[in-house]
Amino acid sequence: MNTDTLVMPRGRVFGAYVEEARSEILRYLRNPGFLLPIILFPNVFYVMFGVLLNHSNDEAARYMLASYSSFGVMAPGLFGFGVSLALERDSGLLTLKRALPMPPGAYLLGKMLMAVCVATVVGALLLVLALGVAHAPLGAAQVLQLLCVDALGVLPFCALGLLVGTLLKGQGAPGLLNMIYLPMAFLSGLWFPLQMMPKLLQQLAPIWPSYHLNVLAQHAVGFNVGAIWPHVLVLLGFTIGFLLLAARRLRRYG
Amino acid sequence: MMVLDTVLARLRGVRKTYGTLRALDGIDLALRSGEVLALLGPNGAGKTTAISLLLGLARADAGTVELFGRDPQDIAARRQIGVMLQDAQLPPTLRVGELLRLTASYYPNPRSVTESAELAGVADLLMRPYGKLSGGQQRRVQFALALCGRPALLFLDEPTVGMDIEARQKLWAAIRHLIAEGNAVVLTTHYLEEAEALADRVCVMAKGRVISEGSVDALRARIALKRVWCSTQLSLAELATWPDVAEARSDGDRVCLSTEHVEALVRRLLAEDMTLSSLEVRAAGLAEAFTELTREPSPSPASAEAA
Repeated sequence: MNTDTLVMPRGRVFGAYVEEARSEILRYLRNPGFLLPIILFPNVFYVMFGVLLNHSNDEAARYMLASYSSFGVMAPGLFGFGVSLALERDSGLLTLKRALPMPPGAYLLGKMLMAVCVATVVGALLLVLALGVAHAPLGAAQVLQLLCVDALGVLPFCALGLLVGTLLKGQGAPGLLNMIYLPMAFLSGLWFPLQMMPKLLQQLAPIWPSYHLNVLAQHAVGFNVGAIWPHVLVLLGFTIGFLLLAARRLRRYG
Repeated sequence: MMVLDTVLARLRGVRKTYGTLRALDGIDLALRSGEVLALLGPNGAGKTTAISLLLGLARADAGTVELFGRDPQDIAARRQIGVMLQDAQLPPTLRVGELLRLTASYYPNPRSVTESAELAGVADLLMRPYGKLSGGQQRRVQFALALCGRPALLFLDEPTVGMDIEARQKLWAAIRHLIAEGNAVVLTTHYLEEAEALADRVCVMAKGRVISEGSVDALRARIALKRVWCSTQLSLAELATWPDVAEARSDGDRVCLSTEHVEALVRRLLAEDMTLSSLEVRAAGLAEAFTELTREPSPSPASAEAA
């Protein structure tokens, strides 16, 4: 058997990753119906509560920048991964890609890169509003740190979205994802500070990944939240856990 | 170096069940280089399951599945195949050229975007978004994606389903062109004329098994039945007892008789009924041959009243 033709040069494998990511980004740039709500929601909230209803309270402007960043970062991960995977499983596109010699990692990395890009855009827009309109006092290092939290903080939600996408096919996914997204954001204190909530909900908050992301974001904008490494580890754990569960389901059911 | 009779893909003693449904029941199938194999069979015969095992989309419960001597789930094996699936919806916002560029990136030595598009007759569509194309154009784009990696073996799952005659002829011409270049093809189809037009070898599947395998001619010869229609005073029950009549049924105001010995039957019909009229004799097409082969072993009496 002629095995020479089976060898794929490393450069071409890398090329497949680049092409997959490029296609994924083009698809979403051409689908404003998907991108606009994800980008606009957190920014509109911030304008309402962080700017218009906030009477030049610097601390509130910083606090809300962090919490709405966390809120905004969850969506591209959950919806970008979950909805598109559920739709692509339903439409036969994933089946075709699995039959083709597509490197499986290229598919996942393409979507992940897309989510990271959107999360960074959401975070950057919020920063523009916070610095330019709400005049939140932030240093350059803090701005950079928050952008890093946004860009990497999307990953656990990518993994959760991936898992949901393997559980549901087609149009059911957006509904279920909203039922995860909105309550989780509320219960993690992204809309109202946890201190304003019942004691029980405050104590339960650490079970949500978004709570830990919010702690990291608050730390980035200068609030004293104690040690941050436990929260990084918890998020890493969530990411790996969701990924393993999703990979197991994908391998079994496709 | 051209190697004849190299087996490119093989199923050996393969079983696959989904829940309680036995989709494949000990199937053997081999595909050699340069060959065009058509898989025919009614829905639920196991065609799609056989294809998905060969593409590595599912694992067999028992038996071996080989693609270029490897496990089809090994990506290196799939780098030599092109795939056109029946119901894959591609991203509607991507342009045809972008889809080709993406798919070609999966292969070690692909055709250029222009060459692939020209081979599939979609060169004028490269800048168009996939979602804006007609059904026939979309199928041709999918064919372009199947051939863009310069594969040695093409899997075409119902390639012309839902196409009008002109679009179908165009796609057939493109497939023939690749076959002429030495590509092997596995084709599943509902259209028997598609198998006749393209295939060297036909496998008829039913209930998870291959029940007939051979050339299109051999398949037709195996079922050498002809059909005789006529208006006659002879009763259907009586005709059914004649030794030359394989099957008798009424068809509108005529009777339809199936037979292997058409001359003897017609001679006897004319002798026994002087008033016989509207006589018509037809050879069975591949369609009838196919129906015969996949018929249930115990036919329900006097069933076929349709048409």
